[in-house]
Amino acid sequence: MEKELKAYPRELLVELFRRMVLVREFELRAIEERRAGLIPGFIHSCVGQEASAVGACLALEAGDVITSTHRGHGHLIGKGGDPRYMMAELAARSTGYCRGRGGSLHIADFDLGILGANGIVAGGIPIAAGAALAFSMRGEPRVALSFFGDGAVNEGAFHEAANLAGLWKLPVVFFCENNLYGEGTPQSKQAPVTDLAVRAEGYGFPGTVVDGQDVLAVYGAVREATGRARTGQGPTFVEAKTYRYRGHYEGDPQVYRLPGEMEAWQARDPIPAFRQRLLEAGILTEAALKEIEAGVQAELEEAVAFAKAAPVPEPQEALQGVYADTHGGLVF
Amino acid sequence: MREITFSAAIREAMVEEMRRDPAVFLMGEDVGTFGGVWGVSAGMLEEFGEERVRDTPISEIAIIGAGLGAAMSGMRPIVEIMFGDFLMCAGDQITNQVAKARFMSGGKADVPLTIRVTSGAPGSAAAQHSQSPEAWFMNVPGLKFAVPASPADAKGLLKSAIRGEDPVLFFEHKMLYAVKGLVPEDIDFVVPFGQAAVLREGSDVTLIGIGIMVRKALAAADALAEEGISAEVIDPRTLVPLDHETLIRSAAKTGRVVIAHEAHRRAGPGAEIAAMLAEEAIEYLDGPIVRVAARNLPLPYSPGLEEFVLPSAQDIVQAARSLAG
Repeated sequence: MEKELKAYPRELLVELFRRMVLVREFELRAIEERRAGLIPGFIHSCVGQEASAVGACLALEAGDVITSTHRGHGHLIGKGGDPRYMMAELAARSTGYCRGRGGSLHIADFDLGILGANGIVAGGIPIAAGAALAFSMRGEPRVALSFFGDGAVNEGAFHEAANLAGLWKLPVVFFCENNLYGEGTPQSKQAPVTDLAVRAEGYGFPGTVVDGQDVLAVYGAVREATGRARTGQGPTFVEAKTYRYRGHYEGDPQVYRLPGEMEAWQARDPIPAFRQRLLEAGILTEAALKEIEAGVQAELEEAVAFAKAAPVPEPQEALQGVYADTHGGLVF
Repeated sequence: MREITFSAAIREAMVEEMRRDPAVFLMGEDVGTFGGVWGVSAGMLEEFGEERVRDTPISEIAIIGAGLGAAMSGMRPIVEIMFGDFLMCAGDQITNQVAKARFMSGGKADVPLTIRVTSGAPGSAAAQHSQSPEAWFMNVPGLKFAVPASPADAKGLLKSAIRGEDPVLFFEHKMLYAVKGLVPEDIDFVVPFGQAAVLREGSDVTLIGIGIMVRKALAAADALAEEGISAEVIDPRTLVPLDHETLIRSAAKTGRVVIAHEAHRRAGPGAEIAAMLAEEAIEYLDGPIVRVAARNLPLPYSPGLEEFVLPSAQDIVQAARSLAG
């Protein structure tokens, strides 16, 4: 195991760990702040799914883009999103990523290649195919990775986009975070197959299943997929088996869980497992790990303070950014 | 200026914009080898190749969704939906993704996406290939709607759509494709959105026509003139943005308004125009605002049934006569 870790650049390992901790702690803090009244809208937290989000994003290059989902905070932080602007957006403030117009479900940062979270299951998948089409037409070696859940592969949008991307050999990574539940219904009641990656075959590209709780396994699978994409070999479907520890949304009564299931998954929690590996391999000392964890807490303190200090939007700001050209207001 | 068809005018706009800007491309069902089922893109594959004149699978969600993704990634796609009736296959992409991408991102996303759509009844195409679906989407903020009625407007409005940064639903009535008209040759000839055209001046009644009904309104105006009724004919050209000023000015002048469109009467584009005039120009009106539109029935196959459902020039004449006679 030590040898395995030593094969990776140290900075990458540190960043995988730091971002996973940041995602976990961001989610817990956001939940806390929502209870305290700072955040008025939905939160669909990804606690438990940090390894899939971070492993996939850190496998991408800076020029690559992602489309995200309703459970997107991990993807955004993974792709370099700033927790201050994220927290301010959740708090519905003018300084948030979307200036208070989007909230958790719609955070986007085009400079970072985040083409948007999405409130519609599978809504972002055709968009990723379109971004990949643009890269392909311009001959740019860039990749579009679309995050979606197990529920999305039963939507028409997935199938149309997968067919198009397979047909045109577009540089897309179809990244399925299979957390076993589509909202409140288990996968077994939603699809007749266990491994959703098998669906790729019908569209002419490979599908691979990976342990979504192992950040390096996810990283490796996505590196392989982006390698294919960048060399004109077309899309790959990567299915990360994972589990969310909290409800579909905050407030979900979670009556659907199987007994013992949560405990079994939590015993394989991706963060302490990776922490232990880093420690045992001598990549980071206990003191260095604690410093990273303290740094994350400080970053979140700053994010919450930033959100609290930010102004709420003036009502008239709702008129801005609907259109590029309003034709003197005639579009309203 | 020379006389070309509505179809050729649309092709000319696409070809000229693709020559001047490598980011512009066309994709849709049968647009390449086939040249478009209505022949609009005939010859474009030969000039631009398969990369920029892209035949797609029959996948409306993917066509419009990929158009959006490409538009947000520096391209200026023109996507064609073969029949407007099929727009609902991509309903989520149009209403929840394309329309709202800019707003949801805090104004950061440019969405230079033109969605070309054929609309209207071409004759015995029945209930799923004959509709005029503009109003299905007019309730969704974030989209613009062009409804050209002449070759020149088709070319000029399409250029405005392609060059703009907002998503546009561009409706092409099938029975207009063969219509000829004078079209400027200047490659920078554009028709701005939000400017109605006064096609005929008159003093007794205002006829507001949309799409193909502009032609029927002009025919009705000829018939009305023989009866001594002077009709003004206006084409809004775009439904969103809508040129309030020109419509209100005409309503104020004539005091009588007939709105004609091939979309169904209930909650069609005319309902919005009538409501606007009721709110902003009621003091000028001498009578009710009258809509001439398709009946609230599915479009039938049998010619006699179809004629019963669709609005005609004669219906406009009768409506105007009842107001002004």
